[in-house]
Amino acid sequence: MLVRSASAALGRLLDEIGPVDCVGVEERVAKYTTRSIKKGSKRWGLQLAVTMIDLTTLEGKDTPGKVASLCRKAIQPHDDQSIPSVAAVCVYPSMARHARKHLGTSTIKVASVATAFPSGQAPLKTRLAEVRAAVADGADEIDMVINRGAFLAGEFARVQDEIAAVVEACGASALKVILEVSELETFDNIRAASFLAMEVIRAGDFIKTSTGKTSLNATLGNNQVMLEAIRDFYLDTNIAIGMKPAGGIRTAKQALHFLVAVKETLGDAWLTNKRYRFGASSLLNDLLRQIEKEKTGAYQAPYYFSEAAESY
Amino acid sequence: MSRLPITKTPKPYVGGSFIRSESGRTFPLADATGAFFANIPQCTRKDLRNAIEAAAKAGPGWAKRTAYNRGQILYRLAEMLEARRDEMIGTLVRFGSTKSAAAKEVDATTDRLIYYAGWADKYEQVLGNTNPVASPHFNFTVTEPMGVVGVIAPDAPALLGLVSLIAPIIVSGNTVIALAAEKNPYPSIILGEMLATSDLPGSVVNLLTGFRRELIPTFATHTHLRAISAVAGPADRQALRLGAAESVKRVHFTDLEGAAWFKTEAESVYAIRDFLEFKTTWHPIGA
Repeated sequence: MLVRSASAALGRLLDEIGPVDCVGVEERVAKYTTRSIKKGSKRWGLQLAVTMIDLTTLEGKDTPGKVASLCRKAIQPHDDQSIPSVAAVCVYPSMARHARKHLGTSTIKVASVATAFPSGQAPLKTRLAEVRAAVADGADEIDMVINRGAFLAGEFARVQDEIAAVVEACGASALKVILEVSELETFDNIRAASFLAMEVIRAGDFIKTSTGKTSLNATLGNNQVMLEAIRDFYLDTNIAIGMKPAGGIRTAKQALHFLVAVKETLGDAWLTNKRYRFGASSLLNDLLRQIEKEKTGAYQAPYYFSEAAESY
Repeated sequence: MSRLPITKTPKPYVGGSFIRSESGRTFPLADATGAFFANIPQCTRKDLRNAIEAAAKAGPGWAKRTAYNRGQILYRLAEMLEARRDEMIGTLVRFGSTKSAAAKEVDATTDRLIYYAGWADKYEQVLGNTNPVASPHFNFTVTEPMGVVGVIAPDAPALLGLVSLIAPIIVSGNTVIALAAEKNPYPSIILGEMLATSDLPGSVVNLLTGFRRELIPTFATHTHLRAISAVAGPADRQALRLGAAESVKRVHFTDLEGAAWFKTEAESVYAIRDFLEFKTTWHPIGA
């Protein structure tokens, strides 16, 4: 008799792509935090991290004015001209046209979340219409969420078909597929979902950890599982997929740990904002703060940098 | 059968908990007889940085407490010191005080806390003002705490000197990172244990142990410290002033020595004023 349960479907997929050694992953990533990165290499890493940021605002209270100031900050993060621009500004679809307007001729991309972000719980037709609207409003990149309900029920074909439909709706815009790892429960599921997505997206598209709207976001552990999936997929197919951890990365130190993971898993070819991004809102200020500290030798107060509300 | 000795690991009170230095370094401390007493954590500039981050988080909550409540908490700290008076006297004796001098220092310290506890809900009436102006405005000046303040405590008196510098700073809602006496750090460890049980929110007072020459440059240049209160020699004073200039930090030196710390002249509302910002408001009124 044909077994149709969710666990059987996952078992068949894992037979093909191989399971994750949880203990091994946790031990591996624990080592990343012990690398000694100082002086020149630290400055290089901090600057690189700035260029990889998708500067994000995803709140109900977003206004065109707030997006405008975010765009100005994206173009020139600090009064120090030697600090590079960020990679992209990430907003809700209704704000995409405002971001497009304020970014003007700069090379910074407009990224828009779509497909009923963050839950994805809307009819496929609605989700695709949202993607098309965002692209029409000037979004260079679309951040979609996968159908976690379908994934957990074992309906992998449906998950994949929906992603493929979104790829088509994106047209020339790049796609980032949010797996929402906190809702996938296990490393095996994360690896499986990564492969489902990678099999239908294009070279230069991304897989992304989280929406940032749940309790558990990007960690070194789930980042590592996804990086290894990208590596294995690349070795099999020669298609290079990008990676974007998002949510919970707030300090420069964390960002450097993530970059160490990229360097030691995928190598230098992925140390570019074409293949690696940070989805973050407060990370940029801490990076600027640490860059300034490296430059002047003096620890900096957070209120010297924009959008630090506390003045104490 | 004789018991095995239970020796204590001295740990400074930073960020509301008792820490070892992030560096793992310690330095050996001998008591007055020259016998080894304990290894004291040798805090680094990173410990200082972490302490400042913690203090900045605790600061707004502490400043929002009512003046009355801050007074209560300082009084409660004095109660803790009074309750453990014998232990503190024993500590001071172990590190070189005579018994009577130690008792005098502990009592003076308790009294100093009570003194500033009393000022908590009174200094505003003395230092704030309504100002006469020649226009239809109600013009008034109120005080606000500065933020995170650094303290460099004297070697002697180790306890009274430290508390005399800290109390007038925190009473107005500032937070403090203090470097305890380099030569006699152990009383600050005991003081930390009292702070932890005194209703004072964690991170409002952070006590580091370590070496002046290692930490003073960071105290001077860290831009998040808004002011420094120090007892320091000429070389340290210059280092503090030069480093503080870059971030326009207020630097205040105390010149007291020996018996002068015990006199009533050593306590004053002006010690509170030294770490306040004044805000003047012009409020329009009908002519």
